[in-house]
Amino acid sequence: MLTAIIAITLLALTLGLVLGFASIRFKVQGDPIVDQIDKILPQTQCGQCSFAGCRPYAEAIAAGEVDINRCPPGGEATIQALADLLDVEPKPLDEECGVEKPKMLAVIDEARCIGCTLCIQACPVDAILGAAKHMHTVIANECTGCELCVEPCPVDCIDMVETQPNPHTWRWPDPSHVDLQRRTGS
Amino acid sequence: MSAPLGDFPGGLKLPGHKKRSTQGPIRKTPISKQLVLPLQQHIGAAAGPIVEVGDKVLKGQRIARAEGHVSVCLHAPSSGVITAIGDHAIPHPSGLSAPCITIETDGEDRWIDRQQIKDFRQHSAHELRQIIRDAGIVGLGGAGFPSFIKLNPGVHHSVETLLINGAECEPYISCDDMLMRERADGILDGVEIMLFALRASRCILAIEDNKPEAIAAMRYALSSRSHLSQTEIVVVPTRYPTGGEKQLIQVVTKKQVPTNKLPIDIGIVCHNPGTAYAVGRAILHGEPLISRVVTVTGTDVTHAGNFETLFGTPIKDLLAFCETRRQPDEPFIQGGPMMGYSLAGDDLPITKTANCILVGVDDVAPPAQPLPCIRCGDCADVCPASLLPQQLYWYSRAKDFDQTRDYNLFDCIECGCCDYVCPSKIPLVSYFRFAKTEIMNQERERHKSDLARQRHESRLERLEREAQEKEERQRQRKAALAATKAAKAKEEDSINTAEAADSVTEEKA
Amino acid sequence: MPIFRLSPPFLAGANRVTLQMLQVLVALIPAVIAMTFYFGPGVLINVTLAVSVALITEALMLKLRNRPLKPFLSDGSAAVTAVLLALAIPPLSPWWMTVIGVTFAIVFAKHLYGGLGYNPFNPAMIGYVLLLVSFPLEMTTWLPVQSLADQPMGWMSALQLIFTGQFNGLGIDAYSGATPLDAMKTQIVLQQHPEFISSQAMFGMAGGLGWEWINIWFALGGIWLIYRKVISWHVPVAMILALLIISSITTLIDSSISGSPLFHLLSGGTMLGAFFIATDPVSGSTTLKGRIVFGAGVGILTYVIRIWGGYPDGVAFAVILMNMLVPLIDYYTQPRVYGGAAR
Repeated sequence: MLTAIIAITLLALTLGLVLGFASIRFKVQGDPIVDQIDKILPQTQCGQCSFAGCRPYAEAIAAGEVDINRCPPGGEATIQALADLLDVEPKPLDEECGVEKPKMLAVIDEARCIGCTLCIQACPVDAILGAAKHMHTVIANECTGCELCVEPCPVDCIDMVETQPNPHTWRWPDPSHVDLQRRTGS
Repeated sequence: MSAPLGDFPGGLKLPGHKKRSTQGPIRKTPISKQLVLPLQQHIGAAAGPIVEVGDKVLKGQRIARAEGHVSVCLHAPSSGVITAIGDHAIPHPSGLSAPCITIETDGEDRWIDRQQIKDFRQHSAHELRQIIRDAGIVGLGGAGFPSFIKLNPGVHHSVETLLINGAECEPYISCDDMLMRERADGILDGVEIMLFALRASRCILAIEDNKPEAIAAMRYALSSRSHLSQTEIVVVPTRYPTGGEKQLIQVVTKKQVPTNKLPIDIGIVCHNPGTAYAVGRAILHGEPLISRVVTVTGTDVTHAGNFETLFGTPIKDLLAFCETRRQPDEPFIQGGPMMGYSLAGDDLPITKTANCILVGVDDVAPPAQPLPCIRCGDCADVCPASLLPQQLYWYSRAKDFDQTRDYNLFDCIECGCCDYVCPSKIPLVSYFRFAKTEIMNQERERHKSDLARQRHESRLERLEREAQEKEERQRQRKAALAATKAAKAKEEDSINTAEAADSVTEEKA
Repeated sequence: MPIFRLSPPFLAGANRVTLQMLQVLVALIPAVIAMTFYFGPGVLINVTLAVSVALITEALMLKLRNRPLKPFLSDGSAAVTAVLLALAIPPLSPWWMTVIGVTFAIVFAKHLYGGLGYNPFNPAMIGYVLLLVSFPLEMTTWLPVQSLADQPMGWMSALQLIFTGQFNGLGIDAYSGATPLDAMKTQIVLQQHPEFISSQAMFGMAGGLGWEWINIWFALGGIWLIYRKVISWHVPVAMILALLIISSITTLIDSSISGSPLFHLLSGGTMLGAFFIATDPVSGSTTLKGRIVFGAGVGILTYVIRIWGGYPDGVAFAVILMNMLVPLIDYYTQPRVYGGAAR
């Protein structure tokens, strides 16, 4: 009886020491959790999550203050990635924040623009060019599609358009969802 | 033959079906009424148009210039009038459109002045490369990489071997075969220029042993050029995919191109015979690349053969010229039956990379619902890159893209051998292409979101700086105001004291 | 022919799952004939019963799982499982044993894991092991070879014994006898020398009377499968070599604990296991090196169980144990990719 207890205690001690040593010796140096969360977020800076941008939302998630399902632009994929990272159950997107939409791009109707610069001030990523009283334009490559410029425009000259695929960005379809065969006859 | 040949793992013996298109000589396709020229027919940046709608152009006249380094020019394949510059359907698996220049031909086919170079050795390699770039020459084997870049050894490399890839291992295709049979001299002209530009010491012309006529023609042409003593013709066994660049290098030199490196890193540069021929035409005859030999073949083609076709020729014109039993809207294949892709509409132009138009195949993959993978490993046995397709399939289907990268997805050359042998008829290559484009898209998105984050952060910084500056200015203004106030107060004070003093003195007085 | 598929490659080889399974069944025919010759028509009754039960169970499971019947019933995998199991159990096993074994194999070892292609263990061997641990007595009562039996087994007697358990008022016990492997094991325990044991009539020339020929026919069928490229040579060769090497070493060290190497090669389920069971693609290793490791593991474990384990034959346990190691083996035996990309 006593020998058994001693043996088990010794075993537990040794294993504990080994594990403790391993956790120090083989510690994985990772980015701080906020950075990792921020990397997953789509960086649209749209504020639909009710935070002032992606980083503040990331900080709030890291602090455990909010759910991971408040990012409509990132949609299901982002929620899944966050769930994997934080080891929690994925949830459906919070409808209060918005719905998942295809990728959008802001386009300024240059004929109607009056050059008020309000949209420039609204753009979180400085993707609108122009000066006071001069026509503005969107740098298409840098627009995140956050829609924050639409509201401030006094003449409603900004439209959100769906980004069209081109042969460069085109992707092969998922064979498990798409019928790759031509049906003849019937 | 000198050194014994190497070997690559896997591969398949496929029925060639090449006889159908090698019965007659190369014929010229008649000039179409309308030629549609996509601005991007090569890897890299699209060319920029330098003509406008309504302009009259001559055959061989430049109509778009290279934009950036990895890009080449585009030329009018025949004389006529520019009728449109804008989006038009292009031969791409997506079926999408891209910017194109449309020319209404006038039927005169009048050439622009051609600058011929009689002795290219009088020119520097750099000048020759520039001419090749201006002539719009890209790899004609199918990938369409700008050739002038692959003719530049650069300062860090020395090129030992120029490898001309005449293997043409895919079934049905015979355009290189016919070119070597009929224009061996022209190919050797190009080889000489390429050797000169690369400062390469030797050239190997590899041809699969199912093309005895091409081998004989090339040998004969070579025998009359005593100064090409360092060029040899190597006959390689017919096995798919010997014509893959990496596989051919392994067969001919027994070397492997290390992962993430290029053949030039091991002193080898690989070109297609068609490209060599085009280089010869460009330098010695001043002709830019405006046409290519296209194989039109397949079970449903009445007059199969090889056709020298102007770029921009609508595929429907070419098919009408060859007569087919094709139903309207029936898909056909551009490229070979293993690596080509199916196109649906026929209002699509022939481009620089169109080596074959295939209508109907013999051993067609029947419509079949794939069964589950039974892990038989046949796919791994035939993989020329020694990958494990069954694992790649598993992870691609589960969209576990990190794992697919771990299993070296990007070393897959999409040859289709695994797909061909799969007893469960799983469309493996489709899964791999799907996973590859998904990963590239993720990468693009990540890049874009990084950029957005940076811009957002610098914006926040800027706003903060501006706020600070504003505050600073306000503070300074306040300070200034306070100072002036103080000064004023002091002044008033002194006035007061003075006044007081005065009063005192007055009082005293 | 116009193309059907809309993505490359547009050509397809003739290889089909059904074709592979059919060839496996064809390759088993000579051994089945040999077994019938040596052990009577019970073998054929077992096979027929097992295949019928397998197909019915497969159809039921497919229905329950909402899978299409035609492609999966015609793939032949259920039939192969059934035949392999039927050949592994004693020729006069009562009918309910066959039914239980086959049903368990198809329902639990195959469909509950996801059906064709998803089973981590060889279904036939899972069915066999279930029977072996549940009914050890019935599973070890083999028949003596026909020429040694008091009276040859006819159709009527076989049918009656399988379905009613007795014939002419006698139970199966009256007809049964130990297999050479079993006899060797029990007599070694009784301190007999293997050389003396194998001089008895039932041990034939090398692997036991009848058994040696059955094994040879299994091997010939297997070689035909290799020639047809249905299976690769790696697993059988590795397994046979491993068995040969380990039995030679043991015999050299102490010849009193084991029969001769040749005895082990040509007795029991060695060749059936080497060419038909360990080569099951779904539950086996897929890399070339992995197949060699897998085969060698099965060979060594088979021998270890035969000599030091509690059962006379060990092929089934060896295969299942190695099945467990397959993910590990596959992971560590990946081929070097072109260009030498590091994993």
